Amino acid sequence: MEIFKKVTHIRFMEQRRIWYVFSAFIILGSIVLVAVRGLNFGIDFTGGIVIEASYSGAADLDATRGALEDAGFGSVQVQRFGTAADVLVRLPPAEGKAAIDQTERATAAIRAVDPAVEIRRTEAIGPQVGRELAEKGATALLMTLLFIGLYVVMRFQWKFSVGATLAALHDPFVVVGFFALTQMTFDLAVLSAILAVIGYSLNDTVVVFDRVRERLLSMRKAAPIEVMNTAINETLSRTLMTSGTTAIVVVSLLVLGGEALSGFATALLVGIVIGTYSSIYVAGAAALDLGLSQRDLMPPEKKQEVDALP
Amino acid sequence: MTVLAVVLVSIILALPNVFGETAALQMSRKDRAAFTSDSFGQFEQLLQREGIPYEDLFTDADGRLWIRFEDVEQQIEARDVIAREYEGQFAIATTFASRAPRWLTGLGLKPMSLGLDLRGGIYLVYEVDVEGAVTQLTQVLERDLRKVLRDARIPYDEVAAAGPQVRVVVKDPAKVGAAIAAIKDFDAALAVREGSEEGRIVAELTAEQIRQRQDFAIQQNITALNNRVNALGVAEPVIQRQGLNRIAVQLPGIQDAAEVVRILGKVATLEFRLVDQVNSPLEAQRTGRAPLGSRLYKDRQGSPVLLKREVIATGEQLIDATSTLSQGEPAVDVVLDGRGGEEMLRTTRENLGKPMAVVFIEKERELVERDGRKVVVDRSSEDVISVATIRGVFSNRFQITGLTASEGQELARLLRAGALAAPLYIVEQRLIGPSLGRDNIERGFKALAIGMIITFVFMVIYYRVFGIVADVILVTNVVLITALLSLFGAALTLPGIAGIVLTVGMAVDANILIYERIREEVRNGNSPWAAINGGFEHALSAIIDANVTTLIAAVMLFAFGTGPIRGFAVVLFLGILTSLFTALMGSRALIQLIYGRRRRIDRLAI
Repeated sequence: MEIFKKVTHIRFMEQRRIWYVFSAFIILGSIVLVAVRGLNFGIDFTGGIVIEASYSGAADLDATRGALEDAGFGSVQVQRFGTAADVLVRLPPAEGKAAIDQTERATAAIRAVDPAVEIRRTEAIGPQVGRELAEKGATALLMTLLFIGLYVVMRFQWKFSVGATLAALHDPFVVVGFFALTQMTFDLAVLSAILAVIGYSLNDTVVVFDRVRERLLSMRKAAPIEVMNTAINETLSRTLMTSGTTAIVVVSLLVLGGEALSGFATALLVGIVIGTYSSIYVAGAAALDLGLSQRDLMPPEKKQEVDALP
Repeated sequence: MTVLAVVLVSIILALPNVFGETAALQMSRKDRAAFTSDSFGQFEQLLQREGIPYEDLFTDADGRLWIRFEDVEQQIEARDVIAREYEGQFAIATTFASRAPRWLTGLGLKPMSLGLDLRGGIYLVYEVDVEGAVTQLTQVLERDLRKVLRDARIPYDEVAAAGPQVRVVVKDPAKVGAAIAAIKDFDAALAVREGSEEGRIVAELTAEQIRQRQDFAIQQNITALNNRVNALGVAEPVIQRQGLNRIAVQLPGIQDAAEVVRILGKVATLEFRLVDQVNSPLEAQRTGRAPLGSRLYKDRQGSPVLLKREVIATGEQLIDATSTLSQGEPAVDVVLDGRGGEEMLRTTRENLGKPMAVVFIEKERELVERDGRKVVVDRSSEDVISVATIRGVFSNRFQITGLTASEGQELARLLRAGALAAPLYIVEQRLIGPSLGRDNIERGFKALAIGMIITFVFMVIYYRVFGIVADVILVTNVVLITALLSLFGAALTLPGIAGIVLTVGMAVDANILIYERIREEVRNGNSPWAAINGGFEHALSAIIDANVTTLIAAVMLFAFGTGPIRGFAVVLFLGILTSLFTALMGSRALIQLIYGRRRRIDRLAI
């Protein structure tokens, strides 16, 4: 079976202006969403206490909230988590020993509602640790972009790298925007998914660029836009196959992996879809508009290097 | 051939994971001596008498005794029986043991260990108050400097600790020079200078001293936590320094957070005492009564020791203890503060040639089950950790010699643990219940299995024979990752399982790149063999570039991530390497195996 019996001839690059507008729209949209609605940061980043409890029957959210308020907790978030019997309680951060005491008091209050309740998980994170994790996460994000950019500069001509880096920036923006839109919890797992998305998106871009580089040398007479179209078409079936198989396993994680992995899997899924798009319309188009042409690859030493490899 | 060898080795390495784990008890003796196979009989008889079936009974390399059971009920029953029969003799931990046969475990092969999120347990991060530790040091210095000035007969208005400094105001400005000389004489390492106003002196800890004190404070707390975790009876605890001033503690299988926090929060101290040489410790042990003016102790081997009631110095006065070499012999360097030194000077002058002992005191809290109810028993454990003859007159700096290298290290470790402790507080606490751990494993593996099966079917439909090759490669890939994780003893976490799932998705990519290339070559009219060779050759640069970018992301995740996220990073990293290996070498070898025998291939099943 093949998706495309012959190599397709879709005129991707001719429509690039439309897609620029689209990209600009979703990026601006993401920024506005983050600015207006903000992200629903998990306690990994804000500090605080989370308790996951499983009642013997259907959970009574109001009773749980009431019990916690009676125990002296002011701003409590109580929500359903996974099944009808499971609740997730979130309390604001407390420092040092107090955090442990509060966890104890809160679990006692929850137990009072239903003695048969099972405390499945508690997490207490000091605000200081949260700030540090957020800082570390941001550093990891920047360093990943920096080093991948450096690698692409090393392996490809600069016009490629600008395109690739633009695409790599584009994707996390959209994933973050998605989390602002849905108000799903943004925690460490989501952040690590975003790092994986950056790697993945670059992976896609690099494969297309690899082909563009090859074609620029073999199609010396053709216009750059033709070369770009040919390369994208030639790699299209690979791009869709790889995105497809990766999406399959990620969907399987999302559906079967349970609540603990849902944020992670969602971020990956959004990232894979947007990464596939961006490697065609952002990375390729940007390189083209930067005036990429055969001249950029003279002298053609790259070709020899490829051939010389075992 | 290499491919085959690597795959075979990996299968053996991954094999212990196939047998699964079951409930077990892990016991260590309170005196830290090793179990020998002689003691098997007593436990076998006890369990037989109580009618509790068990699967296996063995010792490990660290001299701990393991008993493996079929299920958790038998494990709990056995624990209660053993705890009742041998109350207080052993630290018993409920844990899991691999069911892998002896010939595998005998080779040192172990299954992957499971992270806390998969097996349940407590994760704590303590922050050591390093500034507080420095303040403690300057407070000691303040007391010492008062004494130095008194001894030098220099009257002062004020000696006060402030941050890393001690400020001194002498009554007579003319004596500033003499005071500085006296302070320098006391501790040459201090930075001492004249203050801005007349008669003022500032003695400041150097950056090196501050750094040393902070390192000491953290090391000391790690040692203390280690001691107390041992008392908790947790199998495979992890205690490690995290960053500049934090200590992370992982306690698998433990559920009572409050109790753990109470026990880990206990304070240890030391006492230096003279040995009572007049009376017989054996006699005192027999009668159970210590003679007047003495107290009966035990050393770590359990032998009785009689010590004088007077305490020469305590742990609060101990500044540092390090194991070193003195004239080629292992030794422990001990530094006390001024007050401790003064008392030590007086004692050693009067007791030259007599033995002095160090007692390590720690208040333990133990949860004991009596008649089915849990009872908290407070136990203060007092161990004599060193008895040494006073060979000279000394004050605040002295050496303990006559030890083996490992004894020296252990003594220095215990001395530090008993020194004045820097304050410690919890900044992060995570507790994962056992049912959540089970759910996480189940769900994770189910997602992995279903994802893989769909991918398999998809690949076969799409690439036919080559799809089957890709599927074999995928399975090999998962085996390789499992083998590497088992080999490195890396813990598998839920994000780690997600990493394996993601790797499966991405590992297909290298194969897809190659097959799509082969198809292109076929379309271009190349012969089948030329197409295969061309496909592998031309796909190479794309495969390498594509994988390096993801590799960079994995390295960054590892560098900046903590806890479970690191598990994800490790799996992602290993997965990229194994998928490169399998796609480039394994895939080719397989295709050669399938098509290699035929001289002529008319068309490829791709």
